[in-house]
Amino acid sequence: MELQYYLILSALLFTTGVIGVLVRRNAIIIFMCIELMLNAANLAFVAISRSLGEATGQVFVFFVMAVAAAEVAIGLAIIVSVFKHRETINVDEVNSLKG
Amino acid sequence: MNAEQILFILFGAVSLIGAVAVISFRHPIYSALSLVVTFFAQAGLFLLLGAHFVAAVQVIVYAGAIMVLFLFVIMLLNLGTLSVKGAIGGKLKGFAIILGILLAIEGIYIATNVLNNTAIAAAQPATAAPNTTTYDIGELLFSKYLLPFEVTSLILLAALIGVIVLVKRSSNDSI
Repeated sequence: MELQYYLILSALLFTTGVIGVLVRRNAIIIFMCIELMLNAANLAFVAISRSLGEATGQVFVFFVMAVAAAEVAIGLAIIVSVFKHRETINVDEVNSLKG
Repeated sequence: MNAEQILFILFGAVSLIGAVAVISFRHPIYSALSLVVTFFAQAGLFLLLGAHFVAAVQVIVYAGAIMVLFLFVIMLLNLGTLSVKGAIGGKLKGFAIILGILLAIEGIYIATNVLNNTAIAAAQPATAAPNTTTYDIGELLFSKYLLPFEVTSLILLAALIGVIVLVKRSSNDSI
């Protein structure tokens, strides 16, 4: 398969993630959509790495995955503590910082 | 059509359908399970691209560890009955979808036209290169990218401490 098809698929997956972040209110689903976007970027990394014939892109995928794991752990801890205080994780209702 | 194209279409379709299912199911558990499907399909795509190490890590880290965290939190908070109603924002939905279509068009344009003039397109003959092995990745990680690799361990340490602090304080205060 050519590189372009992988990049198009990656763009479509990324777009799906963006729409999810904009449309959904549940903070956990917003997190899942962020994971979708990171995965789309990973797909583009691996496809270009294949096309260039070297492993650098896959090394970056490794870093992206490590950062994603850290981000998910912190984010879910924040969600749990927000839920303990507010009894909701709808992002529309958690607006104490709104100016 | 050869086998690689058929597999690409299969895995690509499954991952796209899974991604759409993530954002359209109202119940978070269904979304999480659709996300697992997407991750597995993407692991298949990585295998097609010859990135065996990345495919294995995708299954272990994403479909294993991260999704268990998600499911654990969803079940811990018992969101099923709470937030199903009004799960999808009403006012900005159309606007978001229009923006998303524009973004998709941009991405497809970049993927098909813009990259033709860059170094990536110039390196096309290398498509037939042998698979990059775990050995190659390890060698790069521990030579050229040694500093980022160490910084990654610091990030994980910071995340660990951060999570402990966050959860501990909120359970002590009991506000």
